[in-house]
Amino acid sequence: MAVKNLIDGIREAMSEEMARDERVVLLGEDVGKRGGVFRASEGLVDAYGEQRVIDAPLGESGIVGVAIGMALNGLVPIAEIQFADFIHPAFNQIVSEAAKIRYRSDNDFHVPMVIRAPFGGGVHGGLYHSQSVEAFFMHVPGLKVVIPSTPADAKGLLKSAIRDEDPVVFFEHKRSYRLVRGEIPDGDVTVPIGKARLVREGKDLSIFAYGLMAFYAEQAAQTLAQEGISAEVIDLRTLLPLDREAILQSVARTHRALIVHEANHTMGAGAEVAATIAEGALYELDAPIRRLTGPDIPAMPFNTPQEEHFMPNPEKIAQAARELCAL
Amino acid sequence: MAKTKVSPKATSSLGPAEVRKMYRNMLLARTVDERMWVLNRAGKAPFVIPCRGQEAAQVGWAAGLRPTDFFLPYYRDIGVMLTLGYTARQAFLSLIGKAEDVTSGGRQMPGHYGWRERHVITGSSPVTTQVLHAVGIAYASRMRGEDAVAAAALGEGSTSQGDFHEALNWASIYKLPVLFVVENNGYAISSPQAKEMAVQDAAERALGYGMAGVTVDGTDFFACYEATVQAAERARRGDGPTLLEFKMYRLLPHSSDDDDRTYRSRDEVDAWKERDPILRMQQHVLEAGVMTAEDDGALRAEVQAEVDEAIAYAEAAPYPPVEDMFTHVYAD
Amino acid sequence: MPQLGESVTEGTIGRWLKKAGDHVEKYEPLCEVATDKVNAEVPAPFGGTLTALLADEGQTLKVGEPICDIAESGAAAEMVPVQAAPPAAAASPEPAPSVAASVAAAAAAATPARGRVRTSPYVRRLAQEAGVDLALVPGTGAEGRVTREDLERFRVSPAAAVAAPASSAPPAVWQAPAAAVPSVPTHAAPAPSAPPAPIAGDSFLPLTPMRRTIAEHMVRSKHESPHATAWFEVDMSPVVALRKSLRAEFEAREGVPLTYLPFVTKAAVEALREFPQINASWGGDKIIIHGAIHVGVAVAVPDGLVVPVLRNADGYSIAGLARAANDLITRARAGRLTLADLEGGTFTVNNPGSYGSVFSAPVINQPQAAILSMESIVKRPVVVEGDAIAVRSMMFLSFSFDHRILDGATANQYLASVKKRLEGMGPGTQVY
Repeated sequence: MAVKNLIDGIREAMSEEMARDERVVLLGEDVGKRGGVFRASEGLVDAYGEQRVIDAPLGESGIVGVAIGMALNGLVPIAEIQFADFIHPAFNQIVSEAAKIRYRSDNDFHVPMVIRAPFGGGVHGGLYHSQSVEAFFMHVPGLKVVIPSTPADAKGLLKSAIRDEDPVVFFEHKRSYRLVRGEIPDGDVTVPIGKARLVREGKDLSIFAYGLMAFYAEQAAQTLAQEGISAEVIDLRTLLPLDREAILQSVARTHRALIVHEANHTMGAGAEVAATIAEGALYELDAPIRRLTGPDIPAMPFNTPQEEHFMPNPEKIAQAARELCAL
Repeated sequence: MAKTKVSPKATSSLGPAEVRKMYRNMLLARTVDERMWVLNRAGKAPFVIPCRGQEAAQVGWAAGLRPTDFFLPYYRDIGVMLTLGYTARQAFLSLIGKAEDVTSGGRQMPGHYGWRERHVITGSSPVTTQVLHAVGIAYASRMRGEDAVAAAALGEGSTSQGDFHEALNWASIYKLPVLFVVENNGYAISSPQAKEMAVQDAAERALGYGMAGVTVDGTDFFACYEATVQAAERARRGDGPTLLEFKMYRLLPHSSDDDDRTYRSRDEVDAWKERDPILRMQQHVLEAGVMTAEDDGALRAEVQAEVDEAIAYAEAAPYPPVEDMFTHVYAD
Repeated sequence: MPQLGESVTEGTIGRWLKKAGDHVEKYEPLCEVATDKVNAEVPAPFGGTLTALLADEGQTLKVGEPICDIAESGAAAEMVPVQAAPPAAAASPEPAPSVAASVAAAAAAATPARGRVRTSPYVRRLAQEAGVDLALVPGTGAEGRVTREDLERFRVSPAAAVAAPASSAPPAVWQAPAAAVPSVPTHAAPAPSAPPAPIAGDSFLPLTPMRRTIAEHMVRSKHESPHATAWFEVDMSPVVALRKSLRAEFEAREGVPLTYLPFVTKAAVEALREFPQINASWGGDKIIIHGAIHVGVAVAVPDGLVVPVLRNADGYSIAGLARAANDLITRARAGRLTLADLEGGTFTVNNPGSYGSVFSAPVINQPQAAILSMESIVKRPVVVEGDAIAVRSMMFLSFSFDHRILDGATANQYLASVKKRLEGMGPGTQVY
């Protein structure tokens, strides 16, 4: 097995799926010649041609709308939105169309497509290159929402998303792209959508996270272990459908829950995880459910101290865990 | 590419049998429309969106394409659907939302067409989204080397939406086989054309995208049919998309919930009633000897009977079971 | 009868504020209750009609015994006797005059059945599964909650769990005197002598709870601490002058009086920093030197005295001390002290001088090591520099100390320091 970074996993998934299935196409701004502004699609246009790797005109609604049309007529499109912050013009196409086509046509039509976008902060991206928008889509039945945190999961989950018969919104943390390195298994390995990953077993509290925060939570758990606090870490991986069973089973083991996400506090993914725990595991809880999240401000500021203050990090996670265990 | 106007009574490539069939489609559309309206006023149908005044254009453009093409009608396109083989029964099943409704199993409001078997793509309520889908559909066909055309219909109000412009842009950059069929009936609910565009004809918008735009008299079946055939040929030979504008008039309010007396005069409506496309087509079939007056009377009676039967059938048909509403959120 | 204070086991009905048949609103005061800690008003836990009083004025009832019946409005015939304290969130003092709402945590720990024990859903479930009544389990978790470990401990050995609560809760505040520290060897107090036989013409004063408490406390203090007293004479002339120069403006601006108490307290507190062994307590096998300085200020009240505590007194300026002391004194006289006001003192300052005393032998406020009384300031002719006679404002400091903890040398050094600080005050002294 080779050690690679997360963006390698993304690129390999797309390349292998395009080789395996001639219906798979990629469209988005700068995905062709430029290879994607993060180089996620580097080399793909040379390998698969301009007809399958399309440099789309600037317009997110157009990119997603055209991709839906492609999916309706036998292709398997991967629509790339350059930054998750810019997904909103495509919101109508994603929510009114992609998410509802199977349901509204009573299973006559369906939309096998992936909408991919880099999200998250910590890269001096400021207000409009750092947002987390997964919560908007978690609320839409008919969509799936997937966020990998490791290179192996990035590849395996993207493969699954491309093969999925329904629209998958796939967010990749841009800071993770090159920061997170790990082994990617050789061969055609898929990771199932809808299943969380037990990163580390523990008995004193469960830390639920995804994306970059799952990476940080693992680091926090290592620190906590040295202090005698045994933290279980669960990487949610799929936010819709949420692996509620894994969440409840974890809380039944540890009796304390700490949910970590970068997105704003109110109505973030943490609210759904917290409600799930309160509904399904109340009598396992030995402490209030705690959410450690980004603050409720419109977006992450550009300047360094404020950006750092916004972002959760391993020490903040560890501190929240300590406080939770002291209750 | 300059826009062109197709003159009325252009030479028709259709034989008398086909002309009779098209006339029947128009009559059926009109009769279905009339009865739906009555059912609504009788409290038996919650929502009706009429096509009255647009029959010639709808039947015309549907007839101008092939069964292997792709159709993305908008909510007013009952005439298109009937021409593609949709029956009066199906129309009323959909109107009331019964289980047998082929478009959505009773899940969607009436007018939200979709029928995979006949290449009719499922539509929604947020208008104009379908034009981008037509682009993607055309792209896929062309990639596979097929000569299918994707035709999306929309009202002239929809030409104000962003999706419309993105779609024309895509289609013209990639020279895709797409027909943008603007059924310009003069009003977007209460908003007249002048409040939706600064140009005289919606087809002029095509100029901005470097593609073909054609304005047609929407009350003339033959003009609409021929314009469609030509646009489809252009698309199939790889010369790109066309914006077809059919100019006509919406004789009824926008929907059964609208009151058009609040925004237009009865005189205006009455003036257009005299240009009723059904009258025009009737005149043609009688003058051209396709039908006699008796044939016409019999045909109308037959259509009426078909519609009456369809209503009875639909009213007796069952609703979908409640448990069914949880199915097909995802692949099961 | 609610539990109006940690370790309080009973209360005496002072005065009924409502009578049978009255309508009561939720939280409206029903009666005044006196305990050996505080006097408080008991609020109605819900609105309704007061159908019956179950205790008379002057009657003492145990915590948990019913004191009246209220028919809840909206609840048909159901009579719900007013028993436990209304559940409130935290044990922190509230600005409301009634103390009852602030003791929910303590109430929860001791009140049987009706009260809600503070714990987690998980522990509640474990207790249910084990058949354990949570109300019997002492809680050592945050804010007194019952933790998993508490439950386990109780299950293993119920008696041991109740007797020796685990040390997991960090005691930031010194426990109130009533919660005995187990390591202190308690010598049995000698049996009290028989009271004199009543003679005609004698009248009887019933003992108020406060009187009873003071009596018990004084006996215990004198019995446990070998008292020694030292007196120092201080020339207060500079302080008198300083106060005179500042007083009018200060009182106008601050709205509180500027007495001599803040000046003396300031000097006493600064000297405590210099002699930390005085800010201490006897720990049986060790002397406990307190890190924080919380100064009790003795205040005479109608039927006795109370000693509210100025917390972290070393953090105040003279002006700050004036304000804080004034607040405590005002509230003490109005009967509006909270439990937190009374707990945690490490040293006491007394002011019998305000009544004219020039010399006294104060009794130590247990479990402290010493008590400082400031006596009356009297103009006297004294011998000054150069053997001249001058008229100076002189004041005695009376200092009683626990001879187990302190010796005369330390006591005198301390007093010398206080004297020096006071005599060193003057126009340059920073009041703020």
